[in-house]
Amino acid sequence: MTAAIAVDALSVRYGEVVALDDVHLDLQPGRVCALIGMNGSGKSTLLKAIVGLVRPTHGTVLLDGESPARARQRGTLAYVPQSEDVDWRFPVSVRDVVMMGRYGRQGFTRHPRAEDRAAVAEALARVDLTDLADRQIGRLSGGQRKRAFVARGIAQDAGILLLDEPFAGVDKPSEGTIVRLLRDLAAEGRTVLVTTHDLASVAALADEAVLLLQRVLVHGTPAEVLTPENLSRAFGLETGADR
Amino acid sequence: MNPLDFLLEPLGYDFMVRALVTSVLAAVVCALLSCWLVLIGWSLMGDAVSHAVLPGVVLAYVVGAPFALGAIVFGILAVVLIGAVRSPGRIKEDAAIGIVFTVLFALGLVLISVTPSQTDLAHIVFGNVLGVSTGDLIQVAILAVVAIAVLLVKRRDLTLYAFDPTHAHAIGLSPRLLGAVLLGLLAVTAVVALQVVGVVLVVALLIIPGATAFLLTERFGRMLVIAPVTAAASAVTGIYLSYWLDVASGGMIVLVQGVLFALAFLFAPRHGVVSRLMATRARTTAL
Repeated sequence: MTAAIAVDALSVRYGEVVALDDVHLDLQPGRVCALIGMNGSGKSTLLKAIVGLVRPTHGTVLLDGESPARARQRGTLAYVPQSEDVDWRFPVSVRDVVMMGRYGRQGFTRHPRAEDRAAVAEALARVDLTDLADRQIGRLSGGQRKRAFVARGIAQDAGILLLDEPFAGVDKPSEGTIVRLLRDLAAEGRTVLVTTHDLASVAALADEAVLLLQRVLVHGTPAEVLTPENLSRAFGLETGADR
Repeated sequence: MNPLDFLLEPLGYDFMVRALVTSVLAAVVCALLSCWLVLIGWSLMGDAVSHAVLPGVVLAYVVGAPFALGAIVFGILAVVLIGAVRSPGRIKEDAAIGIVFTVLFALGLVLISVTPSQTDLAHIVFGNVLGVSTGDLIQVAILAVVAIAVLLVKRRDLTLYAFDPTHAHAIGLSPRLLGAVLLGLLAVTAVVALQVVGVVLVVALLIIPGATAFLLTERFGRMLVIAPVTAAASAVTGIYLSYWLDVASGGMIVLVQGVLFALAFLFAPRHGVVSRLMATRARTTAL
């Protein structure tokens, strides 16, 4: 089977700084994968390389066997940004944000057609935000904001969803809602790649986990990956000594 | 005086009619663009590009080319230079912007001083809406209509670019292209506006209406109505006041915009100072 995401020998350097070094990662469709690592481990850079926002110094990324540029044209990729990368005062409603998922399929002016409105309404219902659809996006709770952006990916009908720190600033009940939503999306055959440093949620969320520290340290089931030895390597702890 | 005379007497002069039409057109196109500029955080960029077009306009005047062409060339040159100065990393972006636009503006001033028809060009710096010729008016109208058409037709893409350029990229659009479109429109709009208020005050028309609208609504679609309406009202009021008080018309237009901004800042329903104070008081008494 063609991997949904195939990262091969990927290196990214920013000047002298090595962000990613010879990363290999294959993800099959229908899986949820948690990308774990400390700040500066290269998690965000890896997501950006998959989206095509940073140019690899070396190596390749293939999405459903195609180049990232082709995958973007086809609307395969949905990206849920980190909270701090969004201007929450921006004068758009929840519905407006979800509609942005349809732009790749629309005409020159992005004028919404009946099928676009229907897809947006369906996506909003799916994440349980129908009642809040006309709210300004910043007037949602942390968890609702994340669901709005996931709804954008659903409206886009993206096969690959990338989420950057979706649980930051989200309370526990909302986290559970998001985890169930992502599991459902994977059950439909979509591929979900999530960066997180919230280790507690990984077992419930992910089929597989990757520990990243510039390179892939371990890749396996959450139980295989989240051992004390592995974590101390990934997070550079002297096995709890400096706690 | 009869209030009707207050409105009708200036219209007896052709130059006043041209001034009114020109300033309303310029105010409206600037106001539309300002809605995106204030949301992206490009106020300083607007200031920079509007100043940096000066040498382009002067050179276009000298060789007899359309002002807009010279303005776009120098607008793009300014953006490229700002990027070049900033990219090695030693000089921060605000310093790079400050250096590039002031130097290009200075070049424009020097070029004006060696160009024969000095009085004509000095008006570009401070604006001379009462001296707008029919030819100027036609040029302004064409540029304004083109800019307004592009902004309205591509408004959804531009808003997406302002809100979430990463998503724009992820669905196969080009954020760079959309940013370049906005910068190109900025240069064109600067040419339109400098006829009215002059290079020095163009940035006011490019920021204040959008900022005022942003205080008054949380819907982008409404901003695109409120900003041009307040800007057009300011232009008309400013021109009339300048006629009856015999003061600088460009300055008066910007002053009226400033007054409207101040009113919105104080009394906007949700984001005004007064309503926020009342909300805080209501919360503290409730506790």
